[in-house]
Order: sequence, then structure tokens, then C-alpha cells
Amino acid sequence: MKTLEELAALKAKAIEAKAKFKRRVHVCGGTGCTSSGSMKLITRLEEELKANGLENDVEIVKTGCFGLCERGPIVIIHPENAFYSKVKEEDIARIVKEHLVEGNPVKDLLYEETVQGDHILPLEETSFYKKQQRVALRNCGEISPEHIDEYIGRGGYEALGKVLTTMTPEQVIQTMLDSGLRGRGGAGFPTGLKWKFAAGNKADQKYVCCNADEGDPGAFMDRSVLEGDPHVVLEAMAIAGYAIGATQGYIYVRAEYPIAVERLEIAIKQARELGILGDDIFGTGFKFDIDLRLGAGAFVCGEETALMTSIEGNRGEPRPRPPFPALKGLFQKPTILNNVETLANIPQIILKGAAWFAAMGTEKSKGTKVFALGGKIKNTGLVEIPMGTTLREIVEEIGGGIPNGKKFKAAQTGGPSGGCITSENLDVPIDYDNLIKIGSMMGSGGLIVMDETSCMVDIAKFFLEFTVDESCGKCTPCRVGTKRMLEILTKITKGQATMADLDKLEELCEHLKHNSLCALGQTAPNPIVSTLKHFRDEYIAHIVEKRCPAGVCKDLLKFTIDKDKCIGCGLCARNCPANAIARTSYIAPGHKLASFEVDQTKCVKCGVCMQNCKFKAIAKK
Amino acid sequence: MAGKKSSVPFGGTPEQEQQLREVIASLKGQAGALMPILQKAQGIYGYLPYEVQKIISDETGIPMEKIYGVATFYSQFSLNPKGKYRISVCLGTACYVKGSGDIYNALQQKLGIKGGECTPDGKFSLDACRCIGACGLAPVMSINEDVHGRLTVDDLDKILAQYN
Repeated sequence: MKTLEELAALKAKAIEAKAKFKRRVHVCGGTGCTSSGSMKLITRLEEELKANGLENDVEIVKTGCFGLCERGPIVIIHPENAFYSKVKEEDIARIVKEHLVEGNPVKDLLYEETVQGDHILPLEETSFYKKQQRVALRNCGEISPEHIDEYIGRGGYEALGKVLTTMTPEQVIQTMLDSGLRGRGGAGFPTGLKWKFAAGNKADQKYVCCNADEGDPGAFMDRSVLEGDPHVVLEAMAIAGYAIGATQGYIYVRAEYPIAVERLEIAIKQARELGILGDDIFGTGFKFDIDLRLGAGAFVCGEETALMTSIEGNRGEPRPRPPFPALKGLFQKPTILNNVETLANIPQIILKGAAWFAAMGTEKSKGTKVFALGGKIKNTGLVEIPMGTTLREIVEEIGGGIPNGKKFKAAQTGGPSGGCITSENLDVPIDYDNLIKIGSMMGSGGLIVMDETSCMVDIAKFFLEFTVDESCGKCTPCRVGTKRMLEILTKITKGQATMADLDKLEELCEHLKHNSLCALGQTAPNPIVSTLKHFRDEYIAHIVEKRCPAGVCKDLLKFTIDKDKCIGCGLCARNCPANAIARTSYIAPGHKLASFEVDQTKCVKCGVCMQNCKFKAIAKK
Repeated sequence: MAGKKSSVPFGGTPEQEQQLREVIASLKGQAGALMPILQKAQGIYGYLPYEVQKIISDETGIPMEKIYGVATFYSQFSLNPKGKYRISVCLGTACYVKGSGDIYNALQQKLGIKGGECTPDGKFSLDACRCIGACGLAPVMSINEDVHGRLTVDDLDKILAQYN
């Protein structure tokens, strides 16, 4: 590809190829829907289309994630934008016959909310999508990620063309600064500033790295971009390379994301074949290439210096900063590291201008943010919303609220480095600074909702188990401190702790925050600090009353049988793995058989008895 | 520690060794080649025993100490063989609040092994992992390349029975 005209011709051809088809069937090929069986749907669709002679009229597109993973596998038929959810293999024949042949959408298979009498709502008007604004996820679900021409058909690589032919590197950096884009990986550092620092340092070689080592358990927006729109990452990296004067890029991607890895490999190969990566891109003399590096399951490698140490082929331990990577990064050369979601915004900013982007969001947090909604919420999945949306809108409107009539207790953001947001802060507009103010952080955008059955001490312990596992061991405060904190939390959940332990825990939190080498250790206390701030009474209930108010911590639970409700059927005793349930001699009034009781010394607190009792005679306290 | 051998005798074939030497030859000039070499080596042998590390060291000139250090740092690398079916239960946050801890415990009971171990017949190995990005289907586990979602403890027998 030597000229912009060639790109424009390819775009026209891609649009024309699409127009040939009467209808397009988009089948989600993301990790969630693939796990729910979407690949089998494609095979069935191909067979049915052939059987009905429709193979030249209907196009099947294997796309990236639509976001509403809860309802997968998802199939969307254009131009109606009809949204079929939880599609089964046996549904395909009806969809093909009734919708594709006869032109009548199959109402009973559509997502219920889209069926309004005779009328069908398009996807965008459902409560899950209505408040969303898709910038980073713009192409996810719209294109086949394995075909570069589909990306080009949606305006792909035009931003790179514009940058190389009409802008100086300084202008590119100024655009990024003006847009107000901040890093979506967690810290929220202004992207333009990062680029400016690296551009200002002279060196024979510089690098652009993409952090696709999405480690926050519960966040999967980067995976979705890589799976649904891999070319946007390549395009943005090339733009960054031009801006700072780098010719080589590396994408450090988790090996746990095999679909993402495969699609990136395909994308890089296609971009090289078209000459969009390589020497003399668009005939401008600019040279840029990208290689993949696979992570190997180390959370700390999401930290910028640890990631670079890992690409160099070492144990992924962080290095002290300064020197910052903009001066001495990968292989000791000036390097910038941007997260996947950050990069996914960049081509749009170049094409539509900094002012367009800066018009979205709040004063200091511009644009949109993708959140991965998970936990105790009806609509789990990915949502992209303008900064400044409130948590209430996300949980109650987009997320559809808490299932099973339970009450909202807290939402956890920022993963193992973050904190929780309680109901009193549900109406705070979400942006980087507000979240810090209320004791949490943006992090990479994992948003886990918890209801009244979640124990906050147990959640804090869960995160500490994570950081103990993932601490690299290089610095003592983190290596030893996280372990000590976990020991104290374990004592609390077992009812063995004293109030003095709680003081010790808080002291350790302060110590780690100030003395750890990298962000992993510095932020490891956050889940404790934040749950202590909002749920101190739960900690005290565990310590003083030896009671777990949410009924989660097994050592503090007791299963008891209400002798007057027990009819003596014995189902509990037969299913007890510990033989801890035996018949008593007491026969309740109106019953024929003697009731049972639990021997607390033998009980392993597995809860099987309670699941089996049909008479609700067993209680957990 | 770098000289520590696995308790399972090494059963590598000449074909595997040939493959490994080709991989090393194709990658060794690259900066930071050790990680990709170890990943490919584990792909060939299923794990990274002493004997494999030794070949890598001899071919690349990277000291055994460094190879051992890298191989033990990352949770994806294993110095012991894994089962024919590698079960990996997600203990990421979204799965955890939806009860994946119970799934993990039940599997340990059913298989009679602890996390990180392999059944004596070599059929199943069990590990916990941190988020495979299928949070919408929580709780999830993967068995080799298959992802099983929306799990309950009652589903486990049926799922395990699919693997022979």
C-alpha cells in the first residue's frame, strides 16, 4: 500500500462487497459466546443457508463481543438489527426459514425486551445499550476481526494515513494532549504527556509497547477489543510510533486469551501483506513493525517496568523508577506503554478531532470508559459509557439491578488495587478523580457488584490471597507484608482475632502503601482500607461476636435443625458427607417421625443438608 | 535448585527433541527469546523438565540458573507433567463472588487431589487460575481448550464424564 488512494479504493470495494448481501447475520465469536457454543451455530447456519439457497444473499459474519455476555450466544440480524439471545443449535432452522426466507423475525427467540407487540426494537434501544456510547468498542460486534478489509470498510487505517501524510509528530502529540485522553489501564496518566516525554528523548531506537496483559480478575474489555477489533490496536501503535519516533512495537498479551492471540497474529500478518506495517508505509518513508510477546501468567507484569523486564526474557520483576520508561524502558531505550483500551480510542480522536473527544465526559476525565460488569447483577457483560455516568445508572439501568430480589451492598472497582463503593455513593459521577475521592479507583474497569450475601472481610481476604500469590518477591514490604496481612484476615474470618490484630492490620496497610517498590504492593492494602472504612462493623462482628453477618465465613457458621419443623424424613442425614446428623427421640406435634439434629463437633459446614431439606427446617447462622 | 529433577521419569522422544532444537534455532537470535522458547518447549513436551531446560541452556548459552528462575516465576510454566485433561477453575473476582470457590473445593474432593496436582492415572490435573475473561458466564472453568460456564457443583460429574 503506497498511497491513500489505494486505501480509499479498498474501502469502496469492502463497502460494495457488503452491499451485495440482502441480510447479514452477525454471530458473536468472543470468548463468552464461544464458550456458550456460538461456533456450532455458524456451522448450522451455513448448512441451513445452503439448504435454502440463500448462501449468496445472506452473509455470515463472525464478530467480536456485543457486550451482553449473560445472554450469549448472541446472533444479530441486519438490517433489522434483530437481537436473538441464548440461541440454541435447534433454533437455527427456524431463524433461517422464518426470518431469512420469509422475512418475519422469530419473536419468541428474540431478546424479550426488544419485542414490543408487533414492533421490534433495535438493539440500541434496549436498556442495556441505550446509555452506552461506543468509541473504543466501536467495531466490536460490527466487523469480522479476521478480515482487514472489513476494518478498512469502516474507515480503518485512515487515521494512520492522515497522520503520516498531513501531520507532524508534534501535531499528533498536541492532538492527544488536547483530547484529554488518560490511560485506561488504571493510573489515568495523560496519554499525550507520556508521548511527549518519549518524543523528547533522543535515541537510536525507541519502542511502542501495548499492555494487553489484562490482569485485573473480573475485567475483560481489553480481551474484547483484541478479539473484536485487533486492527485498531495496530493502527494506534503505528500512530504512536510516528509521534515518538519509534519503528518497532511489541504487544504483550496474556497467554490465557488464546482467541485474542490468534486474531492478533492474523491481523499482523494481513497488515504486513498490505504494507500497512513494514517499510515505507503509504509511501511516506515511515517504517514500523509489531511483534507479539505472550505473557505467562504473572499479574505483576501489568506493571510497566515489570512488563518490559518480561519482554526482555527475564523474571517479570519491576524496576525502581526513575528512570522512567520514557527515558530508559525496553532494552534501556525510550519506550511508551499504552493499554489496549487507550489505544482503541486513538484513531477516532485523530479522525474526528480532539475537541470531539474532549466534549465527552467530565472536566478532568474525557471520553468514555468501558466497564466489565460482573458479580451479582442481572446483565453481566461489557458496557461503554461516557465518563460522569453514575454508578446507579450502571447498576440499576444498564445492569438491570440485582437478581433474586437481593439488596445492593457494594461495588468493587479497580480489582486487587481498588476499593468498594457503597450505596451512599451510588450517585457520584464516575471519573478518575471522583473514584479516588470516595476511596476506590478506576483501575482497568472491572466492576463487581456484591449483594447482602457477600462478606466484606471475605472479599478483602480474597484479594489478599491474590496479592500474596502474585507478589513477585523482590521487595520485602510487599513480599512479607501481604502475607502477614493475609494471616490476620484469616484469623478474623476464623473468629480467632482480637481487636489488637485489627490495629496491627491497619498499621501494616500504611507501611505497605509507603514502602513497596511498585504499585502492586503500594495498592495491595486498598481492599482492606476500603472495606474497613465502610464495613468496620462487619470486621468487629467477626472479631468480637465471632459472627459473620453475611453468612459466608464457614468457621463462624452453625447449621441447626429446627426440631419442630423437621418431619424426620432423614434426607439430610443420608446426604451428610461427615455423618454429622442423627435422629433424636423428639417427635414434634403433628409429625410421625422423630426429628434430627446436627452434631456440631462433626459438622464440616458444607451446607449439603440445607440444600436437601424440602421443609426449610435447617438454618445457617 | 536448578538441578532439581521431576519425580516423574523423563519420557521425551527424539522427534520432540528435534522439534525443540528447530524452535531454538529459529528464535535464538531475537532479543528476549527465552520466554517464547520456553512457551514453545512447554507446547512440545507439556511441561519443562530439567532435561528440556538443559537442552535450551546448551543451545542458547543462557545459564541454567536463569532458565530455572524464569520457569518458576510464571504460573503458566510447569516443571511437573500435567494431566491429559488440564482443569483450570477461575478464581477471579467475578467468578469468586458467584461461588467458584465451592466449585474448586468440590473438584478437589471428586478427583481426590489438591490444586496443582494430577490424578495418579494422569487423566486430570487441577489448577486455579485468575480470570480467563469469560466473566459474563461466571463461575467458569476450562478443561484444555473448552470453557464451561454458569457452573454449579451439580454439573461437575456430567462435565467430567465427557472426558475419557
